[in-house]
Parts: sequence; structure tokens; C-alpha cells
Amino acid sequence: MKQYQIFVTGKQGIFDPAGKTAQNALDNLGYTGIEDLKIGKFIQLSCEDSVSLDTVTEMCEKLLANPIIEDFRIDEVGQ
Amino acid sequence: MTNMRFGVVVFPGSNCEQDVVHALRYLGHTADYVWHQDTNLAAFDAIVLPGGFSYGDYLRCGAVARFSPVMEAVSAYANEGRPVIGICNGFQILTEAHLLPGALLRNSGLKFICKETPMRVEKSNCKWLDLPEGTVLHIPINHNEGNYFCDPETLKSMEANGQIVLRYCNEDGSRSVDGSAPNGAMDDIAGICNERGNVFGLMPHPERVTDSLGGNNGTDGAAFFTAIAAYVKGA
Repeated sequence: MKQYQIFVTGKQGIFDPAGKTAQNALDNLGYTGIEDLKIGKFIQLSCEDSVSLDTVTEMCEKLLANPIIEDFRIDEVGQ
Repeated sequence: MTNMRFGVVVFPGSNCEQDVVHALRYLGHTADYVWHQDTNLAAFDAIVLPGGFSYGDYLRCGAVARFSPVMEAVSAYANEGRPVIGICNGFQILTEAHLLPGALLRNSGLKFICKETPMRVEKSNCKWLDLPEGTVLHIPINHNEGNYFCDPETLKSMEANGQIVLRYCNEDGSRSVDGSAPNGAMDDIAGICNERGNVFGLMPHPERVTDSLGGNNGTDGAAFFTAIAAYVKGA
């Protein structure tokens, strides 16, 4: 068994109102020094050992992320 | 009256298909439901992807529906230059399927918006509309992800190719400097078409303002279904 962790985030310049709202809330709570806050998606994929990083990349390009508006990063983690 | 036969695609989670079928029949057209597992669209003069929440809007709106068996047939149909319209969730599906450029993001105000909204007709090559530039239509919008986005180069080429069909505007047809789109859409875009003008996607719901008995004001939505019928039958 293998596990991949996939992080999907809005591309630079894509307006992220949820992130902006959370950032403003932290601001209102008095936290300082925050320059940016982005909210994205976390996908955990458990699969057989035969599923390669290339295949997972293809899954992201095809379905799990929309390359027009989103970037993704894939981490292969232990069992 | 120029009658034609529309196929209205039903995905799991579609919820505006009955409104669309009612509106089309009200206008004197034939309209049939097409289940998302069907792949034969030969019998239809035009295809409608209706609004709703296909596959629960999970992952991204339209991302899963775009891989339904029917969508391969819809792509082939569109590539033949035959008419396809995507309304609301249907528009989102068309962008996910790359039949239309760009994407629809969450409304900038983070709120679901349901209200009658003024929008202006732009000069475009869209086969689904035959109204003078600047005509103001009042059509309800009903969505959470209608904030149109594309990269600046795409916007420029769409503008140059006459692909921007509808823009949100003020009551008098003017556009505010800080944007007239209630959802934050780029360049106030409410509806776009492909380069050929046969594939049209829009966030507003024309089917809800086709039959004046529907409870909404006006019949501004009828224009789209009438124009495409005239185009198909006149071609």
C-alpha cells in the first residue's frame, strides 16, 4: 500500500475570498505579521504500490485539479 | 414558428431540466430528456446542459459530470458545429470539458446569489442570440460559483473573436467602473461562446423567464431558444 498526499491551491492571482476572509479574521483577532492566507484542498490517496507518481500526476491534470485555476503538489508518503 | 427538437441532458444532481423542457415546449419546440449515460444525440437539433448540482458539485462544479458518457457525444456534436447551450451548472460543465475557455470560481462575496439581474447583449458571433448590441435583458441568476475567470490573453482573444455574449450591467445598460457583476465575474462576463459561436454558456437562467406564468417577470429568456431555432432552420 502506498499513499499520496495531494495539495490543490488556487493559482497566483486567482481571487480566494475564503482565504481573504480567514486572513481578515486573524487580523481582527490581533495576530500580526500575516502576509497572505490561501485556502485550498487536501486529497489523500491510498493505492496499490503499482500506482506511480506519473499516474497520480495524470489524475491531477485530468480531474483532481483544474490547471486553468489551480496548482497542485503531490507528496508520496509512507503507509 | 420554427420548431425543433432539443435534447436536455440530465446528470445525477441536475435540477433545472424540467424548467428547460417546460420552457422549450411552451415555445412550441419538442424537448426530450437525455440521460447522462446515453451517447446518441443524432436525433436532436440542439443540446441543452441544464442547471443544478451535478454530482453534488463535489471536487469542482462540473468536474465529474464532464466525464459522463454523454459528454463525449456532446463534444463530438459541438465540434460538428451543432448548437449546444450550457446554463449555470451546464456552463460550468462546458468549461470543465474545455468546450468553452476559462473557469467559474466561487462568488466573490462568498454568498449564493438568487435574483433577477440586468445584463447587456454584446456584439458577438453567438448563434444563440440575435438581438442588437446593448439590449438589456433581465434574467435570474441562481448560483454560488458564477465568478467567471480566464487569463488575460484568453480574455483578449475572446474579445477579438466576438466570444463575449452577455455582460452584467446596470439597469440602463451602463457598466460601473468597479464592476457590475454581482458575483465578481471578470470583465462583468455573464455568458460566452466558442469561436464558431455554436457553443454557448451562461450563468443566468433564460428558461425561468420564458413563460410569463413562471412567476418571474418578463419573457427575456425566450430570445435564445428562438434565435437558435431560426439559425438552425434557416441554415
